[in-house]
Amino acid sequence: MLEIQDLLNKLEDSLKRKVVERQLNNPLMIGIRTGGVWVAEQMHQRLNITEPLGLLDISFYRDDFSQIGVNPNVKPSQLPLQIEGRDIILIDDVFYTGRTIRAALNEIFDYGRPNQVILAVLIERDGKQIPLCPDCVGTSITLNAGQRIKLMGPEPLTIQLQTLNAVA
Amino acid sequence: MTDNLQLNAEGKLKHFLSIEGLPKSLLTEILDIAESFVGIGDHQIKKVPLLRGKTIVNLFFENSTRTRTTFELAAKRLSADVLSMSISTSSTSKGESLLDTIRNLEAMFVDMFVVRHAISGAAHFIAQQTAPHISVINAGDGQHAHPTQAMLDMFTIRQIKKDFSNLRVAIIGDILHSRVARSQIQALNTLGAAEVRVIAPKTLLPAHVESLGVNISHDLTEGLKDIDVIIMLRLQKERMTSALLPSESEYFKCFGLTEDKLKIAKPDAIVMHPGPINRGVEIDSKVADGPQSVILKQVSNGIAIRMAIMAMAMQKQGAN
Repeated sequence: MLEIQDLLNKLEDSLKRKVVERQLNNPLMIGIRTGGVWVAEQMHQRLNITEPLGLLDISFYRDDFSQIGVNPNVKPSQLPLQIEGRDIILIDDVFYTGRTIRAALNEIFDYGRPNQVILAVLIERDGKQIPLCPDCVGTSITLNAGQRIKLMGPEPLTIQLQTLNAVA
Repeated sequence: MTDNLQLNAEGKLKHFLSIEGLPKSLLTEILDIAESFVGIGDHQIKKVPLLRGKTIVNLFFENSTRTRTTFELAAKRLSADVLSMSISTSSTSKGESLLDTIRNLEAMFVDMFVVRHAISGAAHFIAQQTAPHISVINAGDGQHAHPTQAMLDMFTIRQIKKDFSNLRVAIIGDILHSRVARSQIQALNTLGAAEVRVIAPKTLLPAHVESLGVNISHDLTEGLKDIDVIIMLRLQKERMTSALLPSESEYFKCFGLTEDKLKIAKPDAIVMHPGPINRGVEIDSKVADGPQSVILKQVSNGIAIRMAIMAMAMQKQGAN
């Protein structure tokens, strides 16, 4: 079974190595709402980043708007106005199809042109649909058809494996 | 006029024609979604891609600068393609030419009409007649409704006062000719304001105004007591067809908002006006430009609220 502390430790180690390898300078950390923010809060602390955590709500950038409409629980994104030229660590809880990350990158680039972006996720699962992949992971797993993995939180953070009975 | 036409089978917004008939939950959802659009004006790229590839036509049969501009900007910030048309109503029989215009635009694969018209019910008529995939938004019809203005006013009030349940709101001036006032009264009552008070001379109040759920005062000094939000209305000179008032200066003396009169309301009362303002007729410049005025905030909020309404009306309608 997946242990949350274990995954957070592995992600922290992986991130610290990546920051050195890619020579990140004064990085800005951004968490994707909602689960990604919980993971980002942990990493923000563990990497001793002083600048406030950026919060990203990708609702207005989703590619399935025409199917599901506007998320009524959308919250404003909170990013510093100066994204231009920054080194960014983007954090999410689960990497699945890759579509969320595409939307997140589109939104970030509307704030300005960053110098580089690295992507860190707690869990990478199979099922990728577009050619993106994370730079740092807590773990990579393969799930059975109809299974979903979800980070629950914020207090305490737990990982929930859900099995969907009927596949529509 | 009931507007269940406004909602689809799942209760989601399809057309936005009037506040009447919309539940509190939907009005609140509009305000919540608009909240997230407020910051977009600060981004380097002032756009989100929600309505990319959609075509919106602003059909303005009546003059307007502020409303048309903010609708246009709102649509552009949602990445839609926008066409603004100012159409003179003087040509031929109106019903017929209106439908013809609509049919022609439909043939150009339009997705949404934003309509302003001098005749009450025009937007409603277009919503009934137009192709099923098209959404219609009312940007003001005759003396009937101006629901997006009312919603941006609600948004501005909520931004400052947070909660409607303790608020006493005064709407002052030409209620008779004001579609804005009608929509505001409906919105305030739906959102649960403690009191909506209209203050006007008898000649500028519609018959049976009390049936809208308001208290009435004919005296500004009396009426402003305990008020949290003051909404001034423009004296609509272009709609005055008979002698309803002795003179503008007389009107200002009795119903114009001055610094002295403002002191009668609560000390933290805010002053609103849908614009354009007639300085020295319904409001003194010192008040319009003073610290309690939120008139320009209303204008900025107009973009966010119109973005929210357009985005909500354009989401996929049912299964097809």
